Amino acid sequence: MGHAGLPPAYLTSGGSSFADFLAVQAPELLPGRRTLAPGQAGDLAPHGTTIVAVTFPGGVVVAGDRRATMGNIIAQRDINKVFPADEFSVVGIAGTAGLAVELVRLFQTELEHYEKIEGTTLSMDGKANRLAALIRSNLAMAMQGLAVVPLFAGFDLVHGQGRIFSYDVTGGRYEETSFHSVGSGSLFARGALKKLYRDDLSDTDAITAVVQALYDAADDDSATGGPDLARRIFPVVFVVTADGAHRVSDADVAEIADRVIAGRMDRPDGPAAALT
Amino acid sequence: MSMPFYVSPEQLMKDRADFARKGIARGRSVAVVQYADGVLFASENPSQALHKVSEIYDRIAFAAVGRYNEFENLRIAGVRLADMRGYAYDRRDVTGRGLANAYAQTLGTIFSSGGEKPYEVELFVAEVGELPEDDQIYRLTYDGQVADEHRFAVMGGAAEVVTAYLQEHYTEGAALADALKTTVAALGQAENGDADREIEVDGLEVAVLDRTRSQPRKFVRLRAERLAALMT
Repeated sequence: MGHAGLPPAYLTSGGSSFADFLAVQAPELLPGRRTLAPGQAGDLAPHGTTIVAVTFPGGVVVAGDRRATMGNIIAQRDINKVFPADEFSVVGIAGTAGLAVELVRLFQTELEHYEKIEGTTLSMDGKANRLAALIRSNLAMAMQGLAVVPLFAGFDLVHGQGRIFSYDVTGGRYEETSFHSVGSGSLFARGALKKLYRDDLSDTDAITAVVQALYDAADDDSATGGPDLARRIFPVVFVVTADGAHRVSDADVAEIADRVIAGRMDRPDGPAAALT
Repeated sequence: MSMPFYVSPEQLMKDRADFARKGIARGRSVAVVQYADGVLFASENPSQALHKVSEIYDRIAFAAVGRYNEFENLRIAGVRLADMRGYAYDRRDVTGRGLANAYAQTLGTIFSSGGEKPYEVELFVAEVGELPEDDQIYRLTYDGQVADEHRFAVMGGAAEVVTAYLQEHYTEGAALADALKTTVAALGQAENGDADREIEVDGLEVAVLDRTRSQPRKFVRLRAERLAALMT
């Protein structure tokens, strides 16, 4: 850090939003404040794809596949698209990978900044609304093909349950019940979860359900990465409960993924749901 | 027409220092103590809302005595500086030394500039390391001086008697419960031969930078229940 002391603006009273502070002090650091040359920019950078979230009694599970694509090219096969937002929430992102990662960092700092300045955490809805505001500020870029669409989930300490929020590029915020998915493979993942979801899942069941859903997404969507058996690359899975958010270890995910894959050897389309 | 009185620079600085010192001595002491797993901050503070000890960043915490509005201002500026650094560069690029420097410059400038009144505050900036020998504690005084502290340090209130007690009873590498008991006993020391006080857990503000915590953010506030359990 410099030796010039604290800039005067840092010592003046202001709000508790880090993004608002950045907008005044260093607007060039805000993703939404950049001017782009006209035209479509969507093919310039890698895209991340499918994120799924499932609630269970006591919490919520969020998982993402590991693929980033650029057109027909696989840009990265072990990208991480699910991040802890704070101690009790996680955010998964689909869309332009570079911008998404930047937006997640801004959101993480935003939540932590508020917590430190105010001495208390934002409510679950407050966090969801802040994320909506950050997404909204990115609308101009979304219109040029650089969209970022997050899935936000966490444990609401007041209501004592896991909650899921989805977004659109205009900053629309929608609370989802039970499960949701975003990204290119989301239609297939959501279809799978419809048949797999029940409201008495254990945390391990919920992890199995998201791994199954991502398998189905990868089965039918070329931009979603399936389990990479040769390299042992499996989905990134976070579990959020009243004890906080933690990433499920690679070994534990691998074990569940291996069971899912073994089942698919007998029945490639996955477990059959009852007809009635 | 009256002539302004001449005041020598020595006298001017002495007056300003006396003014600041008086303000700082009015409150209760804050003690910072190194223990086996990190750095412990303790103060007598009946308010649950107006904190003297706060988190700045992953491994960095802040404690202050003196005028609340002034040190709160400095705390928020520190959080802004740290978050800005961490966002623009990386979380590892936010250091306690850098923050202490920024505070020193700011306090020094305000103290020696003729216009403003000096800040009536004294600060600790502490950073917990991977190992006890990497822990850093900086003391910043109202005039912008920085001192590097080891083992323990006390500021504000009856700092001398609290320091004297710690000097006698401090043990290196103590467990949290032991360090806490010693520190709370030290804070209850009375000046001028009055009877020592026993401070209730409700009247304490205690926080730690705990290097064993698995999250990147090492700052934890110890609430009354936890304190009661540790103190028994």
